[in-house]
Amino acid sequence: MQFWIIQGLNSLSLGGLLFLLSSGFSLIFGLMRLANLTHGAFFMLGTYFGATTLRAYSGLNIWVTALGAGLAVAAIGGLFERLVLTRLKTNPLGQVLVTLGMSFIISDACLMLWGGDSIPVPTPHNLQAPTRLMGFVFPTYRLVLVGCAIAAAIALYFLIERTRLGAMIRAGVDDRQMARAIGIPVSNLFTIVFCLGAGIAGAGGVLGGPILSAYPGLDGDMLPLALIVVILGGIGSLLGAFVGSFIIGFIYTFGTALFPELAYIILFLPMIVVIAFRPQGLFGRAGA
Amino acid sequence: MKWIAAIPLAALLVGLPFFAGDFYVNLASQILIAAIFALSLNLLVGYGGMTSLGHASYLGVAAYISALLTSRYGWGHGAAALFSIAGTTVTAAFFGIIALRATGLGFLMITLALSQVLWGLAYRMSNVTNGDNGIAGLTRPMPFGISLDSAASFYWFDLIVASFAFLMMTIFVSSSFGSSLKGVRDQPRRMAALGFNPWMIRWITFIYAGFWGGIAGLLYVYYNKYIHPTSLSTTSSAEALLGVIAGGSGTPGGPVVGAALVLLLKNYASAYIERWNMLLGLVFLFIVLVMPTGIVPGLSKLLRRGSR
Repeated sequence: MQFWIIQGLNSLSLGGLLFLLSSGFSLIFGLMRLANLTHGAFFMLGTYFGATTLRAYSGLNIWVTALGAGLAVAAIGGLFERLVLTRLKTNPLGQVLVTLGMSFIISDACLMLWGGDSIPVPTPHNLQAPTRLMGFVFPTYRLVLVGCAIAAAIALYFLIERTRLGAMIRAGVDDRQMARAIGIPVSNLFTIVFCLGAGIAGAGGVLGGPILSAYPGLDGDMLPLALIVVILGGIGSLLGAFVGSFIIGFIYTFGTALFPELAYIILFLPMIVVIAFRPQGLFGRAGA
Repeated sequence: MKWIAAIPLAALLVGLPFFAGDFYVNLASQILIAAIFALSLNLLVGYGGMTSLGHASYLGVAAYISALLTSRYGWGHGAAALFSIAGTTVTAAFFGIIALRATGLGFLMITLALSQVLWGLAYRMSNVTNGDNGIAGLTRPMPFGISLDSAASFYWFDLIVASFAFLMMTIFVSSSFGSSLKGVRDQPRRMAALGFNPWMIRWITFIYAGFWGGIAGLLYVYYNKYIHPTSLSTTSSAEALLGVIAGGSGTPGGPVVGAALVLLLKNYASAYIERWNMLLGLVFLFIVLVMPTGIVPGLSKLLRRGSR
């Protein structure tokens, strides 16, 4: 019983992390029609930032660090969007290739700066004590992480559905040219959304640090998970990213625990089933 | 009169081992393998409009099957080669069914995810694939009793296969089927209205490209006598895609030039710096921003302008 509950919680916390990663990917894809293959690298960059600062200043709050790393990664993403991606507006394939090139550059730069050994990220002191609930012992940090992902989901929901900025983003997703025609600055929106997506990934990287630790190749491990999540949930759908993240979180965690060698195959089965019967994903719109 | 220019080129290729040292002959062998691989990817990217980021799957699957069968199960090279190519083609057919449910960026993401799954398998199933250690101590085949262990003999073997591959793929795209493929790339709805089946045309092309990717994989494992999960990685797919795009996708010769450039760059750069991935990324940015149509179309445009 303890096994199932602990693995269940692990699944939830991995799902939460995956949501922080894939929500940004999905937002960017929805608005910009751009498969941002740098997203895994943004996440990894956040983890490395977190590892360095939290180890150097042990008193530092992990939330502040996550915010800082999120802002830093958002700035990098914004620069990349402004300097490179905007030049390739008419060339969607070129945009994807450039994000791929950028991911190689970032991951190699991380290898150069932080070396090839994995760097553990300390769990915050006040969250180290386990939580006892109904006779079971839970690692507190993982519980907090799940709460964090849910909070992020609610915040994103309100941003997209209830604010003026969100309304403009939705307009841009639905009909980019019409949105431009009625005076919505779509190319500024692109930059904002790209920064937002990159920032969430960077902050998620810090929060995932205590569980995953920072290591070279983290980007390559996370990016396919994000791809599978959004293909499963429906590209560009926030709800799809949310549901997909937790589905994949469960499948991956239990797959690794029960059949370690086949985890990758099990991971990809739901994707095949969904693609076969609903190519647009669980919550995607046809033609998107 | 274009074919007259091909005679000295052919003589140069055949005669290379007589005047070049082993280092250059081996380099040329690697270029030929990369060229076959890039040409097969070009069928998808250039002629089919299907940008795949998972083409390394077929190279890796063929190489791994052949390596496992010959080293672990003691199969002969002939049977192992046939079986690995058949296995690769089946894999391509299966992946094609999944990936071709989508087009454009969805297709790209699905091919990437699928190839990452294979990469993960090669890495994690260490009791089968030896994981990160790779499979070493492999041998080269001996077709008709001729040893391929010297640089020159392997190069000639490679050259024969590559020439045949080039011929077969050129025939494929210039056939009427190739024309319908280009039609599906440019106007899928009109082609469907004319009674063609765009999905079937794409799927057949996908399988054919996977087949030649598998041939490249066999040569790859024969050349290196070693196989490691990195040959299934995104970097490996990306290098091939860069070769296709840098050389000029949708041209018969472009991918050969592009693949040769990427390979030379990789060899030359890795002698001086360790940062191949960063360089690869920078080259990607440079090519896409500065030369989006590729080197070969760019140069031939220049030549045409000069001769006028």
